[in-house]
Formats: sequence, C-alpha cells, structure tokens
Amino acid sequence: MAKEKPDLVYGTLDMLILKALQHGARHGLAIADRIQQMSQDILRVEQGSLYPALYRLEAQGWIKAEWGVSENNRRARYYELTTAGRKQLVAEKDHWSRITRGINLVLSGS
Amino acid sequence: MPQLRAWFSRLFGLVRKNSREAEMAEEMQQHLDLLVERNIADGMSADDARCAALRQFGGIEQIKETAREQRIWRWADEFVQDVRFGARMLWRSPGFSILAILCLTLGIGTNAAVFSWIEGILIRPYPLVAHQDRMFALGGTTRGVAEGNSLSYPDFLDFEKNSTLFESFIVDRIMGTSLSVGDRAERASGGIVSANYFDALGVKPILGRGFRPEEGIGRNAHPVTVISYRTWKDRYNFDPTIIGRTQYLNGVQHTIIGVAPEKFHGTFIGYSFNFWVPTSMQETFDTTGYKLEDRGARWIESYAILKPGVTRQQAQAELNAIAQRLENDYPETNRGHGVELFPLWKTPFNGASAMGSTLGITLAVVFFVLLIACANVSNLLLARSLLRRHEMTMRLALGAGRWRLIKQLFVEGLLLALIASGGGIAVAYWCRNALLLTFPKPSPGIVIDYSGQIDWRVLALSAVICIGSTMLFALMPAIQASHIDLSGALKSEGAGVVGGKGRSRLRSALVLVQVSLSFVLLAGTGLLLQSLNRMRNESPGFSTDVIACGVDLFSAGYKLDRAKIFHTQLLDRVRTLPGIESATLARVVPFTYTVYSSAAIEVDGYQPPPNEQPTVEHNQVAEDYFSTIGIPIVSGREFARADNENAPPVAIINQTMAAKYWPGKNALGQRLKVKDRWMEIVGIAKNANYRDKLEPIAPFFYVPLRQNFGVQNNLLIRTRQSPGAIMNALAGEVHALDPNLAPGVAYPLQLQVDRMSYSQELAVTLVAVFGAMALFLAAIGLYAVMSYSVSQTTRELGMRMALGAGARDILGLVLSRGLRLTIAGIAMGGVTALLLTRLMGNLLYKVSPRDPAAFGLALIILLAVALLACFLPAHRATRVDPVKALRV
Repeated sequence: MAKEKPDLVYGTLDMLILKALQHGARHGLAIADRIQQMSQDILRVEQGSLYPALYRLEAQGWIKAEWGVSENNRRARYYELTTAGRKQLVAEKDHWSRITRGINLVLSGS
Repeated sequence: MPQLRAWFSRLFGLVRKNSREAEMAEEMQQHLDLLVERNIADGMSADDARCAALRQFGGIEQIKETAREQRIWRWADEFVQDVRFGARMLWRSPGFSILAILCLTLGIGTNAAVFSWIEGILIRPYPLVAHQDRMFALGGTTRGVAEGNSLSYPDFLDFEKNSTLFESFIVDRIMGTSLSVGDRAERASGGIVSANYFDALGVKPILGRGFRPEEGIGRNAHPVTVISYRTWKDRYNFDPTIIGRTQYLNGVQHTIIGVAPEKFHGTFIGYSFNFWVPTSMQETFDTTGYKLEDRGARWIESYAILKPGVTRQQAQAELNAIAQRLENDYPETNRGHGVELFPLWKTPFNGASAMGSTLGITLAVVFFVLLIACANVSNLLLARSLLRRHEMTMRLALGAGRWRLIKQLFVEGLLLALIASGGGIAVAYWCRNALLLTFPKPSPGIVIDYSGQIDWRVLALSAVICIGSTMLFALMPAIQASHIDLSGALKSEGAGVVGGKGRSRLRSALVLVQVSLSFVLLAGTGLLLQSLNRMRNESPGFSTDVIACGVDLFSAGYKLDRAKIFHTQLLDRVRTLPGIESATLARVVPFTYTVYSSAAIEVDGYQPPPNEQPTVEHNQVAEDYFSTIGIPIVSGREFARADNENAPPVAIINQTMAAKYWPGKNALGQRLKVKDRWMEIVGIAKNANYRDKLEPIAPFFYVPLRQNFGVQNNLLIRTRQSPGAIMNALAGEVHALDPNLAPGVAYPLQLQVDRMSYSQELAVTLVAVFGAMALFLAAIGLYAVMSYSVSQTTRELGMRMALGAGARDILGLVLSRGLRLTIAGIAMGGVTALLLTRLMGNLLYKVSPRDPAAFGLALIILLAVALLACFLPAHRATRVDPVKALRV
C-alpha cells in the first residue's frame, strides 16, 4: 500500500496531531505511530515534518510539553492538549468536514 | 490571542535559546533511540538498526533547523548574533568606539536638549495641567491685528457666557508685588486668576482648596490666596497649619486657603509664580484703578480650553461672531476690537514669543551639529572598514551575503547610536535648566522658570534621531564595505590602491558637507553677533546712564493724597542732594515690564476710519523729565512745575503721533481729548523706544504727573555718582520722610535696556556655543581625512621626494589639497547660507541677512581652522622617509 504524506494538504498535519493527542499525552514517536495506526497505515508522518509541527503547535499554545518516562523507562518529552488545543481540534474538525463535504459534492456532481 | 502567545513564546525562545537547544537535541536523540530499539526488537543487528533508524529519521540537523524556525524568528536570531558580534568589535577598538560615541553623543545630546526645551517651554509648558493640547491663549486684536493686546473683564465674561465650543475660560494676569511675612518683605510674582482657575486646569491644591465661584466676584471682596509650594517651603518652612493663616500682599491682609502642588508654577511661560488671588482682588494689585466693570480697560491675559474634538478654526469662528455682537452693542469701547486664539507656543503675552524664534533657530543649528557629527562618524567607519577589509573579504569569500554584511555593519552603527543616545539623554537632562544661565538675574524673590522637560515624546524623538542618524552615518560605509572586489582584495594588502578611489571620494564629499554646514553656522553666528552689537550700540532715544529708583508706597498702604505729598517732598529733597544734576518722577520707567496707561483719544479735526477707535499709550511724568532722561523736545516746551491740577491740562506728544494725527500741520497748540478731558499740546518730543529696541515706534504722549497723580512713581536721577551712593543718600531722605520706608534697588537704565535684549543675547549664546561645537567637529573631520590621505599616498610622496621634491613642496602639495576641499565646501556653504539666513529675519536687528562682514568673518575663521587641521598631516608628510615609503 502506498504511504501518503499527511501534510499534502496544508495544515492537516496539525489537526491530525491534535486528534492523536485527544485521549492523553504522548511523545513524538508515539504520536507518529498513533496517526499511522488510526489511518490503517495509509498515512505516515515524517519526523522532518513532525517536530516542526509540534514546536509550532506548542508556540501557538495548543499543546504543552513535559518531560516524562516512556514505556521502556526512557526520558521522553510528552505532549498534551491544552484547553485551547481542544477547542482548536473541534474547530478544525468542523472546518475539515465542511471542506470535504464541499469537495465531495463537486466531485460527485454530474 | 494565540497569535500573541506564539509571539511571546518565540520571544521567550530567543532568550532561552541555549536550554531550548539542548532540550530539542535530547528529544530527537530519544526519538532516534526508540527507533533503534524497535528495529532491534524486529531482529536487526545493532549497527543495522542504527543505520535504519537514521535513514528513517532523516537529517537531524535539517530537522532541527526547520524546527528552530518555528520557535524563533531567523532575523531576530541573526540580529542577536549581530549585536553580540558588534559589541565585541566595538570593545576591540575602544579608541574608535569612544571617539564615535562622543561625536554622536554631542549630536544626539544637543538635539535632545533642544527638544526638551521646546517641549518644556513651548509645547507643554505647564506641568500638571491637563489637556494642554486643547489649551489656547486668548489675546485681543485691534482691527484684526494682534498686537499683544489684552481683554477687558466684561468682554471676557461675555465670551465665557455666550460660547458653546469651550470647556472653560480662565483669567491669568501676571503681577509683581510685595509679599510680607512677619517683618520681612520681598518681591513676589503672582497671578490674578478667575475663580475657576484650579478646577479648569485640573490642578488640585495639596493643602486646603482652590477658589470658590463667589470669590471671583465683587470689589476687593475676597482677600484669599493660594500660595505656591515654593512659597510654602521657603517662607513658611512647610508649616502644616498654614491654611487659615494670613499674609500681607501689597499691604493687604490675605487669608491663605490653599497650597499648590510642587510641580505647578502657574501658567506664565518664563516666571514661576509665588501666589494666586481671585479676580475680585484686582484693584489691590493694580495702581491704575478698579477695572472689573470697565469694558474699555483691557488688562486680562487669558486662556481658553476647547471641548474635545473642536478645532481652533471652529472655536475662532464662534469667538469672532461674539466679538462682532459686542462691537455692535458697545461701539464706543469695542469698535475694531476682536480676539484671537493662539497655540500655547505663540502666546502673545508671555515669554513664548521671544523664545519661539530663538529656539527655532537653535533647533536648525543643532540639526546641523548632528549632521556634522554623523559625517564624522561616517568618516571614521569608512577608515575602519579599510582596516577590516580582510575580515570582510574573508566572510564574503566564505559565502556571506552582501546584504548580511550590510546588516551586520548597520547593527554595529546602531549600537554606537544607542549608547550615544543614552549619553545624549543624560546630557539633555543635565542641560534642562541651562537656558537660565544666560538670563539676567531677577530681583530677589522672583523666580525665572525656563526649564526643559524630558517626557516620552522627547524620548521618542530621540529614538527617531538615533535610528535616522544611524541610517545617515552607517549605511553608506556599510554599502561601500560590502562592495569589495574579491579577487583583487584577497591577493594582497598594502598596495594602497584597494577600494581607494570610491572611498576617498566619498570621504571628501563628507568633509565637503561638514565644511559647508560649518560655514552656514559661522555666518549665522556672525550675523547674530553683529545684530546684538548694533542693538547694544544703538541709542534707545534716551540716555541710559540715568539712575532709576522706586519707593513702594502702594504696598505700604499709602493713599493718593499722602503719596502725593510724599513724592513732592522727596523730589524736592533729592534735588538738593550734592552731585545731583537733575531729578524727576515718572509713573513708568522705560524698558521695564510695567504697563503704560492706554486710553481712547479724540483729536480735533481727525476723523478716524469707521472701524477704528484710536487708542494711544502714555506716561505720567513730572517737570524736567525730558531734560533728565535726555529726550530732546523738537518744538514747544517741556512740562513745568506750574503744570499742576490748577493749571489747564497739557500734553506732550512724540513725532510719530504728530505725524499721524496732524499730518502736514503744526500740532503745537492743538487739542487732544483723553478720558473726557481736553488737553492742549505744548510740546513735541523726539521719538524714543519705550519698551525695547525692536518695537516699531507707535504714537505716544506724556501728561504732567502733577495733573495725573498716582500712588506709585519712580525717581529718575541724572548724576555722576554711582547707583550705590545714590541709594544710600536716598535711603536717608526717605527715612527722614517716613521711618518705616526704604527705597528699592537703584539701577542705571542701561541695566533694563540690556535685560530687554536677552532674547537676542540668548540666541547669540546658543548659536555660538553650538556653532563652535560644529566647527570643532568639522575640524576633526578635515584632519582625519587629510591624515588618511597622507597615509594612503605615502608611496606617491616618497616617490616625489626621491625625485627631488623638498619639504616645502610636499607641505604645499598636501595643504593645497586640503584647502581645495575647504574652499569648495565654503563655496557650497556660502550659497546655502545666503538661502538660509533670510529665515533669521526677525532675530536680526538692522543687519542684512547677507551682511558681508559676517560672511567674511566666517570665511576667515573657517580657513584658519582648516589650515590648522591640514597642517599637522602635511607636516607629517614632509617627514616621510622616501626609502621606507618606496619599499612598502
């Protein structure tokens, strides 16, 4: 199966990261894994896009980071949604569903 | 909001750069380690797992770089780098840095100082007063012309009552008086103010209260006063129980009801007031009578505060309409009279008008100083860029962009300018009271107040100057420096031609500018000096060695009858004193701040134009006035002792008045009506100056004191004795008449005449000081360029010497190069000066703005300084050892 880069559509990576963090804090690799798993391996996040996106979201105040201990007892930076981030996720989901509905309507028209 | 947060987070990132950097590295390392572990778990060997993980992860450094850009701005990052680097470079060549910073401090400091003066004296002169931007001075006009006229109190009330666009109107009439506390009496300056004064200005007394509305009304009805903080401190030693106590002002007991805040000095540019009394007390402080109900007596100086959003034009239109109505309702007092709103810096009745033009010229001068300082620093930077050529070349060769280099050099310049701005603001702070140094010393008790103010506006302007000057001085050298021919420059140093032409032409151009600006300043200084000299030497129309002295009968509570007897007896006694040639009395001594009486006149056979109500100023003088003060009588006679209240009323007019009202006729024997009294003209006096030497001579007349006695008069004495000796003799006579009295300080009229030319003197002082600075800076510039060009052409000089040129030839060669530059600069400056000095018109007294003497003087001084600046390098050039020079 071809792997798709999730940031083909600008801004979608941010939304996917927010979604991946919806149910608790994760570190960088776990976020990438989660997105891959949720998309049933269609989407694969490159580290080269992941970290800039994480720092961007952190700078926006949508996620916050803390050092924690990973499953195999390593130090890792865990990211977590902030309240503003939760709101942002809702907003982006709405936006996305409207856009896709629109696009679908266009594509399915005769 | 997220935008703002991101901004702060980035700003924060900038500061905490190092720890963030480490965190980022660790995070990515951990990520990589996890990938490696996962690969090992999938069954790879350790090495394979590591390689695979690295492949999978991608370029760590690239990712970091991209990630960094999310955290902080690249330009800001580079800026911080540039600042660090720039600071290191400045630190490494302290000689250069100090010289550059000193030049710029001089340039920026002088500008900041003048800004602070303009701000503190002209734009926002009244600390603590709210809404100074909506505050305007209200002055009277006659037939549309503002001549420093005042308003009458009834008119003032009508304007206040009938207008809608104004928040408030206030009366503020300055007066000098005596303030007695205990047995100590001192001069004091105060204001007669409307009852709403403190409320309208938003100034709250720190003790007690301001005036109540009813306290402004009535005749001498409310002897209450608010005193200044300084008076509270100096005269009452911060007495906390001061409210309710009394003090004698002009001999009348006043109850102290309030103490003004420390920073509030009243609303009169130039004086710091000691106290304020309500309008109801006007008569107590004015020897010329009760005026609150007299529409013809124009004595009020006032301010109007507009409602927010109202423009001056709208407000003026409303006032014009009211003035028009008043003219119709009261033609005999108001015909031809109007009012005009002035911005505070143009206030016609205080020090603003005199300071305005002086500070305007000064601003232009310090701007020139700044330009010259910038040119100097530019020159220094150009010279240094030569020393740093290697560094620049290397950086360019290693791939730095030109733009990046320019930016870095610019940041270095900005650092210099920032340090200099700090210094400059300190200079401005120290100089905020410097203007006072040039002012004539006032009488004890009177406080002159011309202080600068450093507020955020001055700081903002200084910041603009700082950035603007950096643009001026740093940009050109930076661009020059970045244009290095790489291949040529890398080859060798010391060839002495690299970057030579363009750079030295630029430096010469800078010197050219400096020399021409200095010339303009020198010529301007010369003109002002010439004008001051003319003014000093010009006779005011009377002899200035006459000695004046007053006895303050008004404050001592004398009424008219007693004062009349006292003055008559005193005059008789003084005349018999030894060494007195002649003596007389006059109500007003010329060239003092005392206001002449002014009255509407009617003239037999003179029909005024329909919109004119002829009003002429006059003085009350005793017999022998003209012979004592030295004003010649051109025809007719001078007043005699017999011109007293029993004799028919007479008057003496000046030549201007004779020519205006009796054109082509002999005015002698004609009649003049003043305040319902006809008087016969018995003499025509030569024109003289009455207030200052700059005034145009207006019609003026004199009436005999004995027919128009007032309480307050001054002795004028012609004698060979010193003022001190006269005062001692006088003290004896005064004491003999009334043991409780003492004469005031005796002074020659020359003293007052000099005081009245202070604004010219101030202009000369300021322009001369700043002009000298400019000249000094320009000399440094010239010197630097000549030294540089000598060091650059060592080879050529060596060659010439080897071929037989003597020391004299070399000296001549270098000097002539320098002088050529100077003369070109002078030519340029001459043209500029001719264009600019015309703007000085109102500061110049009987001096043409193209005065050849001033220009010649500037030429000579500049040539001399240029010769000096070129001589040292030229002398050094003659010491060049041809052998060494050629070997290099």
